[in-house]
Amino acid sequence: MAIIDARGLARTFTSRKRSVEAVRGVDLTVSEGEIVGFLGPNGAGKTTTLRMLTTLLRPTAGTATVAGADLLADPVGVRRRIGYVAQAIGATGGGSDPNATVAEEVTLQAQLYRVPQGEIAERTARLTGQLDLGGLDDRLVKTLSGGQRRRLDIALGLVHSPRLVFLDEPTTGLDPQSRSNLWDHIRRLREDLGTTIFLTTHYLDEADALCDRILVIDYGKIVAEGSPEELKRRISGDVITLSVSGGPDAAKGVLAGHEGVRDATISGRSLRLTVDRGEETLPGMLRELDAAGLALQSIQLARPTLDDVFLTVTGRSLREDAPVAAPPDRVPVA
Amino acid sequence: MSFARDTMLIFRRQITLSLRNPAWVIIGLIQPILYLAFFGPLLSKVAAGTVAGFPSGNSYSFFVPGLLIQLGLFGAAFVGFTIIADWRYGVIERLRVTPVSRLAILAGRVLRDVVTLLVQGIVLVLAGVAFGMRAPLGGVLVSLWFIGVVAISLSAISYTVGLLTKSEDVLAPAINMVVVPLMLLSGIMLPMTLGPGWLQGIARGTPFRYIIDAMRSAFAGHYLTTMMLEGVLVAAGLAIACLWIAGRAFVRENA
Repeated sequence: MAIIDARGLARTFTSRKRSVEAVRGVDLTVSEGEIVGFLGPNGAGKTTTLRMLTTLLRPTAGTATVAGADLLADPVGVRRRIGYVAQAIGATGGGSDPNATVAEEVTLQAQLYRVPQGEIAERTARLTGQLDLGGLDDRLVKTLSGGQRRRLDIALGLVHSPRLVFLDEPTTGLDPQSRSNLWDHIRRLREDLGTTIFLTTHYLDEADALCDRILVIDYGKIVAEGSPEELKRRISGDVITLSVSGGPDAAKGVLAGHEGVRDATISGRSLRLTVDRGEETLPGMLRELDAAGLALQSIQLARPTLDDVFLTVTGRSLREDAPVAAPPDRVPVA
Repeated sequence: MSFARDTMLIFRRQITLSLRNPAWVIIGLIQPILYLAFFGPLLSKVAAGTVAGFPSGNSYSFFVPGLLIQLGLFGAAFVGFTIIADWRYGVIERLRVTPVSRLAILAGRVLRDVVTLLVQGIVLVLAGVAFGMRAPLGGVLVSLWFIGVVAISLSAISYTVGLLTKSEDVLAPAINMVVVPLMLLSGIMLPMTLGPGWLQGIARGTPFRYIIDAMRSAFAGHYLTTMMLEGVLVAAGLAIACLWIAGRAFVRENA
């Protein structure tokens, strides 16, 4: 069953006679229990889409059902059922107040979500335990470490045990250890509670490690969609690089017509093949080389990274920021 | 009713934070007490009959209502800065995605500011008594009501400007541009009747002119006067208008 179903979501920002289409008609479906990653460079429309789906921003066009409530007709119904953790980048915080204590924050949030008074203490204890925040109850938020504070932000989005959680760049700004630790927490959330997680990221390794499915957004539109494996396979294929005793030309003569080979190029003393399913193609190729009497000197099978995928779909690397002035055909200036 | 419950939740949170860092509450209070100590004595001489048109009687009973208004003006007008900080921390967005009444996010804060100002006002009145001010209890209570209503108006508007601009660089000059002329034209330092006709005319167009007259009338023990009626109507009208504008801004889906 779809827990998010959005059709044609769009948002145009207008300021000083200049209008920018931040999101230009996004259709997306997320099933219950999925971890979906929303991938795109800065300024691609990730956060704007997330803010629309969480009732923080009214779409200029489109409709959506989120966690069973209509986004436009029943925003309070949506808010009751979802959790949202804002991005925390630079000076912008992810929701926790630096001058409050951890216990105050979790308790207030539980009260705001109408958790019955009698359950708050137990719920708070369980949540802080789950997110490794035990024993920090009386600490001021501003004295927490970056990882602790981010886990508190996430705890605040989970106090009411929502079926659907939106995480906006959950690990941006954290050190590698805190990041992988947070990934574990996010995975456990789904394993233990069956929570559906919709997260944005511009880290490829994060999307790869965490997500069942990835939506790539660029210039306000979804440009690719699939599991990390599918995306890599469909868009780029695997790369096999080999060298044989008879030289690359001989190898090319044998393998260029092999099933699944999309492209064969010679680079230096080795042959570079782009193939659909490298691990399945490889054994057959080895047999053919053997039959042709060519002795293998070296071989390497490389999987494409999501960065390759991104490069193929959008024509630029994910590490680059979106250009400030987009091409005129993409962002009309009114 | 969930609005009342939500307002109390936000109010309690804000009070906790204020008590944790009471520096601003104390600084806000020191300023009028400095006026009381260092400007009040000058006024006593003026009031002693040398300037025509200055109301006869206890000069502190004239001066303290003015300081109360000043306290209200400056105490409430600058609260918008706190909502900009909260916005940066992500606190406002975090509250806005919960089922909490969005109006309560405003109301709980305004209520905190009203309570803070009333406490400051009471301390100021007690300090005034120590300096020799004499006023009936009823008059003091009426004046505190006015301070509460002024606090509601200004704090609601200040939060709104803070929330919409999200910039200290816009808020600070905006407050000074509005509050300083309002203060000067209200006659809190000297009676506006001392001024030339054109100045009195401009002052007639500003709200605090009416409110201060009503408060002074209450301090003198006169409750059923035209001045009082005008003051009550202006104060209530101002509060309703400010709350309406602020309420719309806070409930809006894109803020």
